[in-house]
Amino acid sequence: MTTARLLVVSQPPHIPGPFSTRRIMLDVLIALTPAFLAALYYFGVGAFLVTATAVVCCLATEYLIQKFLLRKEPTINDLSAVVTGVLLAMNLPSNIPLGMVAAGSIFAIGIAKMCYGGLGHNPFNPALMGRVFLLMSFPVAMTSWPKPLINRFSVDAVTGPTPLAIIKEGLHAGQPLGELMPKIPGYLDLFLGNRGGCLGEVSILAILLGLAYLLYRQVITWHIPVIAALSAFLLSGLFWIMTPGSTPDPFFHLLTGGLIFGIVFMATDYTTSPMTVKGMCFYAAAIGILTILIRSFGSYPEGMSFAILIMNAFVPLINKLCKPYRFGEGKI
Amino acid sequence: MNPVILYTLLTAGLIAAFAAIVLFFIARKFHVQEDPRIDEVTNALPGVNCGGCGQPGCRAFAELCVKSPDMEGLFCPVGGNDTMANVANLLGRTVQAKAPVVAVLRCNGSLTNRPKHSRYDGPQSCAVIHALSRGETGCQYGCLWCGDCVKACKFGAMTLDKESGLPIIDEARCVACGACVTACPRQLIQMRLKGPKNRRVFVSCVNKEKGNVAMKACRAACIGCSKCLKECPFEAITLQDSLAYIDDQKCKICRKCVLVCPTGAIHEVNFPPKPKTAETSTTTGT
Amino acid sequence: MGSTPANIKALSFPQGGIHPPDSKLSSERAVRPITLPASIVLPLGQHIGAPSKPLVKPGDKVKTGQLLAEAAGFVSANLHSSVSGTVSKIDGVIDVSGYKKPAIFIDVQGDDWLDSIDRTPGILADISISSKDILQRITDAGLVGLGGATFPTHVKLAVPPGKKPPQILLINGVECEPYLTSDHRLMLEHPQEIMIGIRLLMKATGVSRAILGIETNKMDAIKLLTRYCDPKEGIQVQALKMQYPQGGERQLVKALIGKEIPPPPRGLPIDVGAVVINVATVFAVYEAVQKRKPLIERIVTVTGKSLKDPGNFRTRFGVTFDHLAALAGGVPDDTGKVTAGGPMMGRAFVDLSAPVTKGTSGIVFYPKDQSLRETLTNCIRCGKCVEVCPLGLEPYLVAALAEQGNWTRAEEEKLTNCCECSCCAYICPANRPLVDFIKLGKSRILDIMKKRQKV
Repeated sequence: MTTARLLVVSQPPHIPGPFSTRRIMLDVLIALTPAFLAALYYFGVGAFLVTATAVVCCLATEYLIQKFLLRKEPTINDLSAVVTGVLLAMNLPSNIPLGMVAAGSIFAIGIAKMCYGGLGHNPFNPALMGRVFLLMSFPVAMTSWPKPLINRFSVDAVTGPTPLAIIKEGLHAGQPLGELMPKIPGYLDLFLGNRGGCLGEVSILAILLGLAYLLYRQVITWHIPVIAALSAFLLSGLFWIMTPGSTPDPFFHLLTGGLIFGIVFMATDYTTSPMTVKGMCFYAAAIGILTILIRSFGSYPEGMSFAILIMNAFVPLINKLCKPYRFGEGKI
Repeated sequence: MNPVILYTLLTAGLIAAFAAIVLFFIARKFHVQEDPRIDEVTNALPGVNCGGCGQPGCRAFAELCVKSPDMEGLFCPVGGNDTMANVANLLGRTVQAKAPVVAVLRCNGSLTNRPKHSRYDGPQSCAVIHALSRGETGCQYGCLWCGDCVKACKFGAMTLDKESGLPIIDEARCVACGACVTACPRQLIQMRLKGPKNRRVFVSCVNKEKGNVAMKACRAACIGCSKCLKECPFEAITLQDSLAYIDDQKCKICRKCVLVCPTGAIHEVNFPPKPKTAETSTTTGT
Repeated sequence: MGSTPANIKALSFPQGGIHPPDSKLSSERAVRPITLPASIVLPLGQHIGAPSKPLVKPGDKVKTGQLLAEAAGFVSANLHSSVSGTVSKIDGVIDVSGYKKPAIFIDVQGDDWLDSIDRTPGILADISISSKDILQRITDAGLVGLGGATFPTHVKLAVPPGKKPPQILLINGVECEPYLTSDHRLMLEHPQEIMIGIRLLMKATGVSRAILGIETNKMDAIKLLTRYCDPKEGIQVQALKMQYPQGGERQLVKALIGKEIPPPPRGLPIDVGAVVINVATVFAVYEAVQKRKPLIERIVTVTGKSLKDPGNFRTRFGVTFDHLAALAGGVPDDTGKVTAGGPMMGRAFVDLSAPVTKGTSGIVFYPKDQSLRETLTNCIRCGKCVEVCPLGLEPYLVAALAEQGNWTRAEEEKLTNCCECSCCAYICPANRPLVDFIKLGKSRILDIMKKRQKV
């Protein structure tokens, strides 16, 4: 009897698909590698310590919660906690005390992810929640940025403001833009990453390499990054045309702060972005606009994290309103 | 007094007073005249909202009781006869006492009795397995071992036995609400009379295949041999599609059928252990 | 494989779809005849609709091609004996669904065909027969859609009351399921017969145009059939992109004539003026009308990565899967799963003694390491299922609603539009059992809808 073999009965498809959760997480990690290497180059050992602490703390928090609080099989093998850890680290300055990194990681996984039901259920991006938690709790540590390429082999860094902060505070103090612009690095340096800032956000080149990889692996589609960048560019361009003397040009906005990093790695987070292409376009455009609005009129020099978190809150609504076109429901 | 506290108290008080007045008039305007007995009946009911009576909740059942002139066909399985007597008392009516029933699983296809012929890979839900395939064994009628009934039970009366794979019904907790009966996609659970001293005899199988096929699929299947039919002195047993069924209204629990069943498909419940087995159990016990 | 030459523009449907690996192992293998087994089993319900009513009783001698059971009602089909021999019993048999179905058992004795069937090899191109006679012969021959849905062909060709007559005939030669090659081989080996079949169908339905859609992984078939088709007659061969589910009725109509069939259960191809017929059915139409041969056999692909000798077999209905597997080199030792049909929509089954029926287009053996689903994780809300759904549904959402038993909302989200193509479950990185829950939801909601109609 052939039935002695215990054949498997299941519903189709009977062939494995091209994606798996673990592989996608791994792809995101691979895409983050250039940004991480750039951070190592510019900020040295501090970048490594911050990243390592964040990853270890995220993994440990997820493991302990699943094992002892929820009492189920831990799923840290899916690498999602590692991704959260690396993303959080990429959003922190390299000289931040490691205890704060640990606190941020525990908050990111424990509160922002596991409290809502774990992987796939969190309404807000856990890494950004961790970052914002730290920004609110430790504003000084979170806004003193080490200067790149100095003191790379010790954790004591020489700090200085980021280009965005220079412009924002300068304009606030009434200095004209023309005097401020020479104080910030040139556009080529901004593109390569030779500036102060969070670990991951400094080198636009490295981030774009990661983006190319993500697109090649079909992990994300082009919609969110391109549309968010475009909407930020257009709105800042509009402001620049209207008030040329007191507003930096749109290229400055794209190259500084965490805008590119945010739209490539944070806004494209699966769980907290809309499910349909229509929804993604709307979501991305709103992120670009909100970022520029916060940068121009808010009290923080940087608006990326808040823009993404605000739009995260709208995702369920967007999912409800932006339905895909149902085949055949239109007129014949 | 600190002016801040004073102003706070004043404004809060004013708002509260204003809201109270508005609420008062709204309550007057939208007042619904309701039979006060509905509340009384609702209070007399168990209040678990299980849906066992066929109504969406206890209050809906109470409304129906008050409306119905003779309360025929209305029964709260959870509260049982006592509750219904109370309700009838409140409404000044009489009800006939119903014989208590309990959920009974009519399948003995445990993991050992029924060999697996395939491996199912998919969601662990009886509904899904039943809708889309035949299950992991040769019996297309039997338990699917996934416990949709256990998930449906609101009273913690059911557990899935790891050893046999079958659900176990805790008679003490079962209130006969019937949630498991609806949850089981294969209609294996039946509400049967509890019987005198909770003693019952029933055929624990619903396989309608011919004897040899049923036997091949499950060692404990009813093979339709009709031995029990001939043995029964009360004509309580019927045979249809190679499957015996004991009518619980006619059965006098004489247990003659249990003795002749070749596959052990007829189960007896809550009878004192037979003397022989009692002896062996005491000897092994000491 | 299948790079399109510059002069052929391959069409496709615009929304969703996936690109699973082709795995057409047997596309180079010519169709082989089978040896007849000692006995066969013919289930009475090999088509959609009422099971046929048996006309024979145990002990009756039957000839190959003899009518065994007649259609029970309009949506039903005749059943003919695929062998000659003696009817041994009429009893239940476990088919690929795993459930027992009534069937006629026949002990094979020789291969004695009915005299009325023309078994000469010549091709009969004369189509002077009237359209009424064509339809009658199709009905008599018990033809059903051989693409897998097994919808009786005479019902499909009849215009339902209140609908306009069709304007175009669409022939489905797509065979978008991985592994399967039976239609491909048929088109290569019988191009002339298929063309005559198309002309017969055009005459029967009274349409002046026909398009034969073929995926570009079958360039040889596209070229061959283009050579045989005459544009003056209104017949055209159209290349289609390799994109699953290109062969789905709705996708095919959209790709070929750009129209969208309204969603089920009310939408039919006739609503957009089209009749869609599978290419294997077209060949069967040719045989039924020109050769008076009832539907008693079809080409079945027997394939699998570890099968010794995969191939395409001209198989009589009622032959067991065991028998076919033996002809293809025996069931491989590492088999962990067997499906009737391809890997995307086929049905996994257990009992290899189940019979081949009119709807069996292929049988695929999968090795053990590929038979179980991969690790299940939480839904990560990547939206890939929404992206690939050819019907514009949100599989993640409707599956979750079905899992919760929220039938009302699932119906609002158009769960019943689903064509069960399995694209969503194929692409899902979390390996969610989307199709399982959607199928459950579909059966439940259709029940509810039926009840509602009664009330």
